Amino acid sequence: MEMNDITKVIKVEELVCHYGEREILHNVNLTVNAGEIMVIMGGSGSGKTTLLRTMLGLNKPSSGDIHLMEQHICGLSQKALYKIRQQFGVSFQGGALFSSMSVKENIQLPLCEHTKLDQNTMDIMCRLKLEVVNLSGFENLMPAELSGGMLKRVALARAIIMDPKLLFFDEPSAGLDPVVSAELDELIVRLKKAMNMTIVVVTHELESAFRIADRITVLDQGNVLITGTVDEVKNCKIERVQNLLNRRPRNDHVDADEYMRRLTGTGA
Amino acid sequence: MIRQHIQKLGANVIDFVQTTGMMGIFLAHCLRQMLTPPHKVISIIKQIHFIGGRSTIIIIFTGLFTGMVLALQGYHNLKDFGSTDLLGSAVGLGLIQELGPVLTALMVIGRAGSAICAELGIMRHSEQIDALECMGIDPFRFLMVPRFYAAIIALPMLTFIFDVVGIMGGYLVGVVLMGVSEGSYFQGMYNSVDWTDVQLGLVKSLIFGLLIIWIATFKGYFLHILKAGGHGAEGVSRVTTDTVVMSSVVILASDYLIGTIML
Repeated sequence: MEMNDITKVIKVEELVCHYGEREILHNVNLTVNAGEIMVIMGGSGSGKTTLLRTMLGLNKPSSGDIHLMEQHICGLSQKALYKIRQQFGVSFQGGALFSSMSVKENIQLPLCEHTKLDQNTMDIMCRLKLEVVNLSGFENLMPAELSGGMLKRVALARAIIMDPKLLFFDEPSAGLDPVVSAELDELIVRLKKAMNMTIVVVTHELESAFRIADRITVLDQGNVLITGTVDEVKNCKIERVQNLLNRRPRNDHVDADEYMRRLTGTGA
Repeated sequence: MIRQHIQKLGANVIDFVQTTGMMGIFLAHCLRQMLTPPHKVISIIKQIHFIGGRSTIIIIFTGLFTGMVLALQGYHNLKDFGSTDLLGSAVGLGLIQELGPVLTALMVIGRAGSAICAELGIMRHSEQIDALECMGIDPFRFLMVPRFYAAIIALPMLTFIFDVVGIMGGYLVGVVLMGVSEGSYFQGMYNSVDWTDVQLGLVKSLIFGLLIIWIATFKGYFLHILKAGGHGAEGVSRVTTDTVVMSSVVILASDYLIGTIML
């Protein structure tokens, strides 16, 4: 590994992913530096969640390579993957909290499974993390009693309970009102500064992305269109990037013959 | 047209072979994890409560009425031959060898098997299983092992309750209502039921417990890749129905097989 790779927490090289016969990601390259917030942005079906799941080792790539915290994860056994995953936190789109467990039990789950801490210490850590996400006093509620924003914040508290250096978010502001969404964005930025975390956020919310990102990668139909700072992305001349930023519908040209073939189902 | 049918048939055969292979690997992995300590005793107890404790009432009612029906039918058939003294023997053997394990298993499929499949399916659908994996927690150890242990422990216990309650149901109808003597009811049972019959019932209930939990957990866990599965509420409903149907058929078929081998 070269010297300048040391600060690269994630390195994705020539990544290709398929769902069945369909190619979702085409030779994707991406690096995430230590201590930055990288936002992966794109429209629906652009492949951003597939990219995230592949980085987490939940999907197997067809080809290409992923280095996560200096570990090459593509060829690893399941057991070795579980070991690496203990070093990072993930906040899923819907929270993915266990409905049969209280907020406290959900947050303490990684501690119960991976440490031998006594209950008192775990309780203190749980209260501390709830304090960070502004949910003090909610530890005994069940997930069904929480709003969408609260669920995401509890999921965040669970993701940071082991003090990870790397944090992943899947659509953190999806389905939230603008105020709650802005609060969550602030929280993400605060976490990065206070805990010196490297954060990867997958989102299609432009405002949210511009608020939190150090760098942005724009995906479109499985291809990386651009990776750069917020200003670089805003000033990018690529049409598809501008379509996304200006919320313009795609204007794919289809000739009449091709259109008829599609309608009648004849030919490719 | 014919080509399409052949293609469809081929695809179904490939799917069947793949699913069977996956089920085999899944079971082997679960059994290996079961034999690898340490285990969370609390989780196992919670699952025993869910599979066993919460099924007790339904097992008591099913056992009671099964014993009552057996005694009623048996009494009327035996009366024609003047052999009502054999009622205890007929009820005891029927329950311990056959009806106890089978009906208990069918009740557990309906109550706990379907619930476990739906629970795991929803966990898969709502990314809870992915979340477990991302926390570095092996879902097989966390979700499957306690359920496998619980089913193997709970089924024989429930079968025992079913048998005892069924015998009492038979007593109620045969002795109390029909007037068969209490002595001949229990003596007949004592004379005809021996340890091998109890063993047969026990082996059946253990194997049924394993089969039920294997099918239910497999279908729920692999909701997203099974042909019957897919995403959303419809997928969960389909795999749950599949679990109940498949488990019931497998239980009845394996009941015959075990009987053939052990009798």
